[in-house]
Amino acid sequence: MGTNLVNEETLVLPKAMIEVATNAADWVIILPVVLALLGAAILLMLRSTLRGQSVFAIIVVMAIIFIDVLLLLKILEFGPQTMTMGKWLAPFGISFSVDVIGAAFALAGAVVTLVVLIYVQADIASREVKYGFYTLVLLMLAGVSGAFMTGDLFNLYVWFEVMLISSFGLIIMGGRKIQLDGAIKYGFLNFLATTFFLIALGYIYGLVGTLNMADIAIRAGDAPVGPISAIGALLLLAFGMKAAAFPVNAWLPASYHTPHPAVSALFGGLLTKVGVYALLRTLILILPSAREFLDPLITGLAVATLILAPLGALSQTNLRRAIGFFLIGGVGVVMAGLAMPTMRGVAGASIYVFHSMLSIAALYLLAGLIERMSGTDDTRKMGGIYNASSLMSILFLVMIFAIAGLPPFLGFWPKLLLIEAGASQGDVVLIVALVINSFITLIAGTRLWSHIFWRVGREGENSEQVNDRLEPLSLKDKWFGIAPTSILVIIVVWFGLFPNVVFDAGRTAAADLLFSERYIQSTGIDMDIENIDIENIDIEVKP
Amino acid sequence: MNTIIFRTIAPILVAIMVVFSVFVLLRGHNEPGGGFIGGLIAASAIAIYGIAAGVSEVRKALKIDPLAIAGFGLFISGFSGLMSLGAEAPFLTGLWTYFEIGNAKVDFSSVLIFDVGVYLVVLGTISAIALALEENEEGE
Repeated sequence: MGTNLVNEETLVLPKAMIEVATNAADWVIILPVVLALLGAAILLMLRSTLRGQSVFAIIVVMAIIFIDVLLLLKILEFGPQTMTMGKWLAPFGISFSVDVIGAAFALAGAVVTLVVLIYVQADIASREVKYGFYTLVLLMLAGVSGAFMTGDLFNLYVWFEVMLISSFGLIIMGGRKIQLDGAIKYGFLNFLATTFFLIALGYIYGLVGTLNMADIAIRAGDAPVGPISAIGALLLLAFGMKAAAFPVNAWLPASYHTPHPAVSALFGGLLTKVGVYALLRTLILILPSAREFLDPLITGLAVATLILAPLGALSQTNLRRAIGFFLIGGVGVVMAGLAMPTMRGVAGASIYVFHSMLSIAALYLLAGLIERMSGTDDTRKMGGIYNASSLMSILFLVMIFAIAGLPPFLGFWPKLLLIEAGASQGDVVLIVALVINSFITLIAGTRLWSHIFWRVGREGENSEQVNDRLEPLSLKDKWFGIAPTSILVIIVVWFGLFPNVVFDAGRTAAADLLFSERYIQSTGIDMDIENIDIENIDIEVKP
Repeated sequence: MNTIIFRTIAPILVAIMVVFSVFVLLRGHNEPGGGFIGGLIAASAIAIYGIAAGVSEVRKALKIDPLAIAGFGLFISGFSGLMSLGAEAPFLTGLWTYFEIGNAKVDFSSVLIFDVGVYLVVLGTISAIALALEENEEGE
C-alpha cells in the first residue's frame, strides 16, 4: 500500500441518501406518533380551556386508530414497512420499521386509549383536566406507539422515556398519599430498568457499531457469543423489569392500584406490554444467539412468573392489586413463548400480548366501576353486585375466563398455540406451568367473582344480608362506564369466536420475528440472504 | 439574595441574556449553539427575573403560560417535520430556501423552524419548573 492509502476502491462509498420520492401513503408509518404528539402539543397550549379538550383528544385518538388500521392492512399485504427519517438511508438515519406485531400492538393500544378516554368522561374533575390529563394521555400514546414502531434501539429508549415521564404525571394525578408511595416505587424501578437498557445500548454500539435493529440483526451473527449473551442478559433484566416479570415484579402490584382506575387500565393495557414487546423484538429478532444462550434462564423465569403471579392474585383482597397479579401472570405466558422460539410459540406469545392489552384494560375499568358502586377497594366489603348490575357480573366473568384461557374467548387460542409449541419441543415443564397458571388464575378469578358478585352481602356475620352500602350506578356511569368497557369485551369475545384473522396475523408476525429477512429488507440495508416464502410455513391450527 | 444591586442589574442582565439566547439559537446550524442551549439561556434569564422581581411579575411580563409556550414549540417542531410531506420526502427531511436581502443571502429552512420549536419547548418547560420552585419559596 505504502503512501497510496486512498485508492480508487475506498472512494466508492455506499449510498447514504434516499434518492427516490417518498410515496404519500408511506406516511401512515409515522403519522400515529406525529398525530399524538401534535395533539398533545395543542392540548398543552389550551390547558386552561376546560371545554372541548375531551372531544379533541377523542378525535385525535380516533384518527390514530384509523391510521393504525391502514398501516396494519398495508403490512399484512406487503410485509414490514420502513420509513427512515430525514431522507437518510438506514442505518444512518433513524428508521421506523413496523411489522405486524408493532402495528397490531399499536392499534390495540390506541383502542384501549380511546376506551379509557370515553370512560373518564363519567367522573373526571375539571381540576384534573386543567392538570393536563388529556395531554399526558396523548403523550403516553405517542410514546407507546413510537416504541412499538421504531426500528432503532436508541430511539426505543427515547420512547421509553416519553412513556415514563407522561406516566409519572398520570400516576400522581389526584395527589393522594398512596399515589405518591406507588409513584416512587414505580418510578424508581423503571428508571433503574431504563438505565440498564441504556448500559446495554452502549455495549451493543461498542460491539457491533450500530443501533439500527435490522443492522444489529445482520451483524450480531458474526459477533462473539459471550458479549452478545451478556448484552442479552442485560436487556432481559431491563425489559423484564419494565414488563414486571419474576423476580422484578414487586413494583407493579404496589403501584398500579393507586391512581384513577382509568389510569390503571391505561398502564395495564399499554406500559408493561411495551416491556414484553421489547423482549420479543430484541431477543428473538435481533439477538437470537443471546436468547439461545439464555434459554434455560428464560424458561425458569417464565415458569416462576406463571405460577407465582396467580398465587399472588389468590392471596389478595384488594381488587386492583389482584388484577395486577393477573397481569404479571400474562407476562409469564409471553415469557413462555420467548422460551420456545418456534412459529407456534412466537405466534402464541404475540397473540397473547394483543389479547392481554384489551382484557387487562377491561378488567381494570370494571374494577373501577365496582369500586365506585361499593365505595371500597376491599373485596371483602364488596358483595351483592350481581343483584345491582347483572351485566357487570357477566362482563367480569367473561374477562376472568378470557385471561384464564378458557374457550371460546381470545385468551384460549394463544395458550393453545403455546402448549402445542411445548408439545412439539417436548418442553413438559412449560406445558405444566401454563396449565397450572390457567388453573390458578381461574380459581383466583372466580374467587374474586364470587366475593364481589355472588355473595349477597359483605364478609362475616352479615354475608347473608343484602349489602346496604352499594350505590347503584348512575345513568352517566352506565353510558360512559359500562358501554366503552363492553366494547373491549366484545372485541375479546369476537376474536375468540372467529380467530382466523388473528391466527393469520399471528403467523405473519411470528415469521417476521423468527426470520428477519423481510424486516431487514424493508429497511433497505444490504443483505445477502435469499427471500423466504412465509406462505409455506404453516402452523396447522384449525379452530 | 434580593439586594438592591441585584434588582437594578437584573432587568439589564435579563435583556442581554434573552438577546444572546436568540443569537445562540440562530448560529446553531453550523457552529456551537442551537435551540436547546438557546432555550436554556432564555429560561435562566426568566429564572433570574423571577428571583429579582417576583414570580407574579414574571408571569405578567410573559403574558402566556410557560407551558403553553412549550406546547407551541412542540407543535411547530412536529409541523416542521410534516412539511416534507409536500416535498415527497420522509418525515423530518430538511427543506431549504434562500432569501436575498440586499447583498446578503439568507438561508431559511424547516430545520430552523424545528430548532425554534426546540428553543420554545426548553424555554417553556424549564421556566415553568423554575417559576414553580420560586413560587414555593415565596410562599414559605
